[in-house]
Amino acid sequence: MMTTDASSIDIAYNEEIEHPDTIAIQTFGFWIYLMSDLILFATLFATFAVLGGAYAGGPTGKELFDLPYLLVETLLLLFSSVSYGLVILAVHDSKKKNVLIGLAVTFLLGLGFVSMEINEFHGMIAEGHGPDISAFLSSFFTLVGTHGTHVTFGLIWMAVVIWQVAVKGLTSPVQSRLIRLSMFWHFLDIIWIGIFSIVYLMGVV
Amino acid sequence: MSQASIDSAGASMGSLKSYLTGFVLSLILTAIPFALVISGTLSSSVTLAGIFSAGIVQILVHLHYFLHLDTSSAARWNVLALIFTLLIMALFVGGTIWIMYDLYYRMM
Repeated sequence: MMTTDASSIDIAYNEEIEHPDTIAIQTFGFWIYLMSDLILFATLFATFAVLGGAYAGGPTGKELFDLPYLLVETLLLLFSSVSYGLVILAVHDSKKKNVLIGLAVTFLLGLGFVSMEINEFHGMIAEGHGPDISAFLSSFFTLVGTHGTHVTFGLIWMAVVIWQVAVKGLTSPVQSRLIRLSMFWHFLDIIWIGIFSIVYLMGVV
Repeated sequence: MSQASIDSAGASMGSLKSYLTGFVLSLILTAIPFALVISGTLSSSVTLAGIFSAGIVQILVHLHYFLHLDTSSAARWNVLALIFTLLIMALFVGGTIWIMYDLYYRMM
């Protein structure tokens, strides 16, 4: 009885998801969420624009930021964006193995980015340049940390989807999730362009 | 079936060529501002303008080649939502900077 119920629900869900426009509707809905997330980052950028020069006797961006280190972080995120693009192409060709390899590469690149950022934050706080020192550092840690938190949640999501691809295969619901995660991932790379340009590079000039 | 459903997602599919084009352009547009800042040969106002324009162009490259936004009907609502969001962002960021710097100026 239990199994019958479960499988009929499963079929109903799959039929619903197989509606020709379902993925398009879910994709658009997720796009609207990304736009609201963009507003969140806009408020953090506005805060940084106002407080970014308020050093309160603490260190300036010029003294803190390590540009070669930042370049490696930036490239990790850019490479992961492209490798996720290749995942979507593999989904299109229904090549499950390539999808899994691509997702694993993307995950490791993203993990490298987050690890470097945690290491950077840890180093700054250990040297006494934590978010409590000045308004500049408060707004810096809030803006960059919010982006890093997004990437971390993207990694958790990616781990779940990797598991789903491995277990369920490339079914329509899994494809839909892969597409939405790709939008999230590319979106985070776009936010990072704003962060490395406005926070880091303009802070060093 | 799965082919049809992923195609209907509109602004979510690219080709190998579009990803590689976007990748090469992004590499160049990342290298330019880093080179400007690290070399430090140009005046700071020129460097700032360079960082700002390379950043904006790179965002457009990502939107077009990675998120596949264009003028096609499939992406129309995505583009409209983005334009509306940019308007709100301009109000937030521009308004904040305007008010706070005006306040700063008046309190000097």
